[in-house]
Amino acid sequence: MNYERIIHIIFCAAIGSRMELQMERKQILSINDLSISFQTSAGVVNVIRGMNLSLYKGETLAIVGESGSGKSVTVKAIMGILSNNGKINNGSIHFTYQKDGKETQQDLLKFTKTVMRRQINGKRIAMVFQDPMTSLNPTMTIGAQIMEGMIYHYKTPKREAFQKAIKLLELVGITDPEKRMKNYPHQLSGGMRQRVVIAIALSCDPELLICDEPTTALDVTIQAKILELIKDIQKKTGISVIYITHDLGVVAKVADYVAVMYAGKVVEKGTTNEIFYEPRHPYTWGLLSAMPDLNSTDDKLYTIPGSPPNLLHQVEGDSFAPRNIYAMNIDLRKEPPMFKITDTHYAATWLLHEKAPKIDMPLELRNRINMMYKELSEGDQETMPPALNKELSEGDQEAMPPALNKELSEGDQEALASNKIGGIIV
Amino acid sequence: MKKYIIKRIIISVITLVVILLVLFLMLELMPGSPFNDEKLNEAQKAVIRAKYGLDKPIFVRFLNYIKAMLSGDFGVSYTISKNTPITTLLQSRLPISLRIGGQAILIGTMIGLTLGIIAAIKHNTIYDTITTVISVLGVSLPSYVFAMTLIYSMGFKLKWFPLLYQMDAPIYSSVLPTVSLCMFTVATVARFTRTEMLEVLGSDYMLLAESKGINSFHLIFKHALRNALIPIITVLAPLVVGLMTGSLVIEKLFSIPGIGSLLVSAIQSNDYNVVVALTFIYSLMYIGIMLVVDILYGVIDPRIRLAKGDKNE
Amino acid sequence: MSERKPLLKVNDLKQHFRINRRFTVKAVDGVTFDIYPGETYGLVGESGSGKSTIGRSIIRLYEPTAGEVIFNGVNISGRLSSKDTQHLRTRMQMIFQDPMACLNPRKKVIDIIAQGLDIHHLYKSKEERKDKVFQILDMVGLSNEHADRYPHQFSGGQRQRIGIARALIMNPDLIIADEAISALDVSIQAQVVNLMKDIQKKTNTAYLFIAHDLSMVKYISDRIGVLHLGHLVETGTKEEIFSNPIHPYTKSLLSAIPQPDPIAEKKRIAMNYDYATSGIDYHKGTNQHVSGQHYVLATKEELEKWTK
Repeated sequence: MNYERIIHIIFCAAIGSRMELQMERKQILSINDLSISFQTSAGVVNVIRGMNLSLYKGETLAIVGESGSGKSVTVKAIMGILSNNGKINNGSIHFTYQKDGKETQQDLLKFTKTVMRRQINGKRIAMVFQDPMTSLNPTMTIGAQIMEGMIYHYKTPKREAFQKAIKLLELVGITDPEKRMKNYPHQLSGGMRQRVVIAIALSCDPELLICDEPTTALDVTIQAKILELIKDIQKKTGISVIYITHDLGVVAKVADYVAVMYAGKVVEKGTTNEIFYEPRHPYTWGLLSAMPDLNSTDDKLYTIPGSPPNLLHQVEGDSFAPRNIYAMNIDLRKEPPMFKITDTHYAATWLLHEKAPKIDMPLELRNRINMMYKELSEGDQETMPPALNKELSEGDQEAMPPALNKELSEGDQEALASNKIGGIIV
Repeated sequence: MKKYIIKRIIISVITLVVILLVLFLMLELMPGSPFNDEKLNEAQKAVIRAKYGLDKPIFVRFLNYIKAMLSGDFGVSYTISKNTPITTLLQSRLPISLRIGGQAILIGTMIGLTLGIIAAIKHNTIYDTITTVISVLGVSLPSYVFAMTLIYSMGFKLKWFPLLYQMDAPIYSSVLPTVSLCMFTVATVARFTRTEMLEVLGSDYMLLAESKGINSFHLIFKHALRNALIPIITVLAPLVVGLMTGSLVIEKLFSIPGIGSLLVSAIQSNDYNVVVALTFIYSLMYIGIMLVVDILYGVIDPRIRLAKGDKNE
Repeated sequence: MSERKPLLKVNDLKQHFRINRRFTVKAVDGVTFDIYPGETYGLVGESGSGKSTIGRSIIRLYEPTAGEVIFNGVNISGRLSSKDTQHLRTRMQMIFQDPMACLNPRKKVIDIIAQGLDIHHLYKSKEERKDKVFQILDMVGLSNEHADRYPHQFSGGQRQRIGIARALIMNPDLIIADEAISALDVSIQAQVVNLMKDIQKKTNTAYLFIAHDLSMVKYISDRIGVLHLGHLVETGTKEEIFSNPIHPYTKSLLSAIPQPDPIAEKKRIAMNYDYATSGIDYHKGTNQHVSGQHYVLATKEELEKWTK
């Protein structure tokens, strides 16, 4: 039991319920039990295996995951631009939006392609893609590409569209916008092209902006500027944003709410503070630990052993179990449900079951978080999420979150108790 | 853009001069002379030579040659129709070949593009397979096979179209030859269009355009086609020349009095002047069409006309 | 450390590319640094900095426009005799960025890895060749069965290991890793970096680690050079650079890296550095000594201003 941890616990426990005071949040998008598979030459791949996620108005939701986690597929499903060999097997995506002055909620998965294109794509939900070098049509001028959406969706007269396009270019920080309108994409640098893509996305005043790894292909200094730009725009327009990335640093900067995906499912979701300062899923621990830390003097980088699973085959139990050093017997038998930690924080790991051994995150990670904590001002420290550290007294242990799924079979309960595999008990 | 066009024109002119040089040298180096009639003695031969300027030094003869060719004076035919100026022969025949070739290209390209686009959109379905079969047939079967089939079925059996070309029913009687000619074009264009469209349709900017909510029609014709067209035009250029200059076989089959059949006759009867003249015409057309294609590139693909380092960067 | 002879000396290397009559791209414009045996030199820069060009000029994939490169005492930037070429092509190896693109998809892994051996006839029998390949596979964390497979049957991280194996089998003194991890997922990047460090401990190979990610570079490098627009603006040991960055470009680069600390990160604004408007001219600066092995490209006045 080290000194610093004690300080942290006491502080956080004392301000316990501060996190509950959230603003009234209005849900505009909810993904329910989504299941998607792809037909490939090697067989059927289950890319999304039961996903639940919500987005609230004016917030930025970051979806984090490695390649193969299914994050890009999710947003393509929202937009209705899945490739032809993709099939929606189950689930719904409910989107709340303004139509003809009234608010309506619809299941986007039930819309035909024509309806999606006329009502949603570009108009109410817009997308920014990853590679600015290939996202723009090489044979159309910048101006034409920005104005196209407005003219198409709102029949905006050309002159007005032209003026609006210039204003958009100014908004996204492009100098000399009049001249740029006549340029072609190949005459612009990568960073500028991505700004144009953002301008195109904003051209029809959408309610939701989806960014699929928009800065991955850019230099880190350009990335910083684009991230600031997106945050700026969000402040100005109140637009809701879904941000897909594998870079946790970027998440920390832009996101209000985070969903961590692994092998086609959300394994942990919560506010950004909860995910970064009090993560609960071993995969999240792994991701955070594997991030190189500019401040540490460590010589060796932590790595998550192994590689993501091949979703061609049916997954038995928890898909993360083979790489999880905290895996228990039950992880091999049954997939963990989402356990509730706070109203906003959920994680799908058997470690949160009341009968599971009490395990804390890896020591290096805990130390790193404590260091960050120490460097914050007092005011900031109070916004940290309450720690639900397992080394609390008995009374506190009883305050542990109840599992949403209490019906474990006998065999499962045994497996949970036996803890034969891995399992490092602190 | 202007610099680009000027460069292309200069290159075309140089190419033309080189071709003329080659043709000229070919004529020079060919054994024998047109005036080897044994009945003539030396003095008479010398007079004839002077008349035709054959006694001047080679350099001067070359310049005269260029002058003549470029002004349309191709000389006279020797064997096909003695002493007829070649220009007269061409005057009646060239328009016919051009017209039938033009028809074939137009129809062939339109059908080819359509088939190619359908095959690309309905990738891996029955439409795709049908297009592929048509393409393979069109490319592998010689044009005369098509011609024969058409002549037999539609000309002979069904009597829908006349068997031979008739001057008094130019369009009606050119249907069969046009269709036979254009099969190769249809096949080639369809195949290329399909490949290019598939590649373009799978690109990132198409996905972005789709996410903007643009409808299918505009996606294909406004976004995809413009990008797919560039390689298609490359393929189209030599096809156009081939068709314009009159497929030799088709012209013979349908008795079309075009320049293709003229060339065949000239070769068969060793009429050098006609052969050279036609070669020059073909080269001129080829260079001209390539020039047009290059300019079209510049119009369609901004990356070519606004290369890096130019202003606007 | 300064008594050791450098393995690689790069002196005022310049690499210019002539686009057309009016336009020459000066990708590398006078770069000088040394690499000592068994150490890792991290070359960091963004796109357009010239970092990849430096790697390729050193290994003679490009002909250097000016300057010299001395490897193991031999000048490899001028005219090369066949002995020099052999020396260069066996003792120095390169690992490339895109693990999918740089492996021949029609060759088996064993043939890909043994290619260097084949070209330079470095074995006497087929058995010896197989043994060498197996040995290397083991070193990079792959198994013997993998030798008989084709590249498309592997993941990105595994393909990069094959790339490393291919370089390693030649037992080189220097491996140039040109953005070798950029195309991989973050957790796989960590695996490959750890692997490279382990290999270095065993074989004492030196690395020239070219990257754009300063945070990853920190884990593998002993010394670091920061590259901008073809010039080395700051060099030093990793401790010197990270604890005391002096050049404004280095500072902006460091500040642009987002950290997994939401509360701090949301408040932080990255430092802006624009060469065109900064008033700095890289051609006017010289290599100013700061401390130890820490050097900055600056004029005397600039250095004073930045270290105040």
